[in-house]
Amino acid sequence: MLKRGSNPLWRFPGVAPTALIVFAYLYLPIFILIAYSFNENRLATIWTGFTFDWYGVVLNNPDIMRAARNSLIVASSATFMATLSAIIAGLCMTRDSFRGQQGVNAIMALPLIVPEIVTAVATLLFFVIIGMKLGLMTVIIAHTVFCIPFAYLPIRARLQGMDPRLEEAAADLYADPWRTFRRVTLPLLWPGILSGAMLAFIISLDTFVITYFVAGAGATTLPVYIFGMIRIGITPEVNAVSALMLLVSIAFVTLSFLIGRIQR
Amino acid sequence: MLEGLGRNRFLRRGLLLGPALFVIGFFMILPLFLMAYVSILERGLAGGVQWGQHTLEAYVRFLFERDLMDNLVVNIDYLRIFGRSFALAFGTMIVALAIGLPTAFYMALQPARWRNLLIFLVTIPFWTNLLVRNYAWILLLRDSGLVNSGLIWLGLTDEPVRLLYTPFAVGVGLTYSFLPFMILPIYASLEKLDLRLVEAAYDLGANKWKALTRIVLPLALPGIAAGSILVFIPALGAYVTPELLGGSRQLMIGNLIQGQFGAARNWPFGAALAFVLLAIVLCSMMLYLLRFRRAPGQG
Repeated sequence: MLKRGSNPLWRFPGVAPTALIVFAYLYLPIFILIAYSFNENRLATIWTGFTFDWYGVVLNNPDIMRAARNSLIVASSATFMATLSAIIAGLCMTRDSFRGQQGVNAIMALPLIVPEIVTAVATLLFFVIIGMKLGLMTVIIAHTVFCIPFAYLPIRARLQGMDPRLEEAAADLYADPWRTFRRVTLPLLWPGILSGAMLAFIISLDTFVITYFVAGAGATTLPVYIFGMIRIGITPEVNAVSALMLLVSIAFVTLSFLIGRIQR
Repeated sequence: MLEGLGRNRFLRRGLLLGPALFVIGFFMILPLFLMAYVSILERGLAGGVQWGQHTLEAYVRFLFERDLMDNLVVNIDYLRIFGRSFALAFGTMIVALAIGLPTAFYMALQPARWRNLLIFLVTIPFWTNLLVRNYAWILLLRDSGLVNSGLIWLGLTDEPVRLLYTPFAVGVGLTYSFLPFMILPIYASLEKLDLRLVEAAYDLGANKWKALTRIVLPLALPGIAAGSILVFIPALGAYVTPELLGGSRQLMIGNLIQGQFGAARNWPFGAALAFVLLAIVLCSMMLYLLRFRRAPGQG
């Protein structure tokens, strides 16, 4: 193919400026929010000076810390269960072929298609009707459902990109199936597992609507707590805790991106 | 390697696929059917439902209300909320397409080493918290926010313009929330574009506009279709954006549904609304799949 980006014939008027504006549009709110989180002013409307104080206030707020702990418990449990079931399902879907595989793929993608508010309503009604008390457990279950496709897609992609001859070679060299899995498949699959697990973890940390519906009184997660704060009004604490959440997500995505780029 | 996990192929598939399918089936698909059933139950007196008492009241309520004499009177309040949601979701889709298409095209024209970085930059906002991203727009759009300060500084207005809690604010927030879903699929179809085709068009006497509309756009069409549906569906069911940026006067379907489980305590009505939303989404998904693709979750 011809080299891109050099020939003026392929430059179309308005394309580059629009792209520039779009990237500015995507990042302006993020930068503004982070900038405001360092604003000294209590009213959070005018800039009066630079300070780290609000981060201190947030980290010393026991309610926020409790919500953050709940979020971490939920995200790690949901990530663990979603990733584990995604790994074995991915193995079956890529190393085996049978009728109805398309159907299985459709079911695995279902949590991505159904609007979050509909899932939230259905899950709430389900828990109430079977008489399960709303709390951390219900949040973990709901998040696991939602996280499965996010863990499954990168893992399946990695498995599909793997050279099947490597596993065959291991079998030829008298490795039993378990040994082949442990010594050949798993080391090659590792980046896919990590990047899938990280995406599942971020999705769980971020999911708000479903959590809002199925979290009982004691199971407030960070997004639910932040939502409550935002409704009361704009405060420097909201800015700081929001900026923290942004930075954590960005750090995770960057890591997941770098791991995903590890050479196959 | 799977041979070791049981001689029986069916048992093996069951064991491997079982956990994921069980979780999604038992905690998502079953609840969706349950929700459809709840929508035809009688409303409980103190919230909840009355089991075994079936009624279509929830669906009737969508279009009618009962007056003092218990006659049905047409009530278009809910229809208006659905109409507003459709208009906002559709507008969001159009704006996202208008700005997403040139962006994706720009990305596809960059040298390979830049392209991955640009994709990464587009995906980052998607992975950050939706609530936080919408909150950032409150900071920008409020009366003393950056947008209004900018307008005043430019001399375009003397007084802050009311931006927050308007349909405009909701549109900006929705577009911001779902724009990556438009850019990425279009980029994916344009990335494979063979630029020699464009060159051939020039050789055959096409001008830039012709090359764009006759060569580039048709090749981007699968991406445009995928992007449009990926923006439209979540925008239609949005809850956070209208709640934070729209205020009480710009309700969308999502807020109406949530209200039935909060203050209104009318579960059958909430379930019916959610079911209607689900039906709309699944129908548009079906139409898309029939026209553009064979199965979801592939490629």
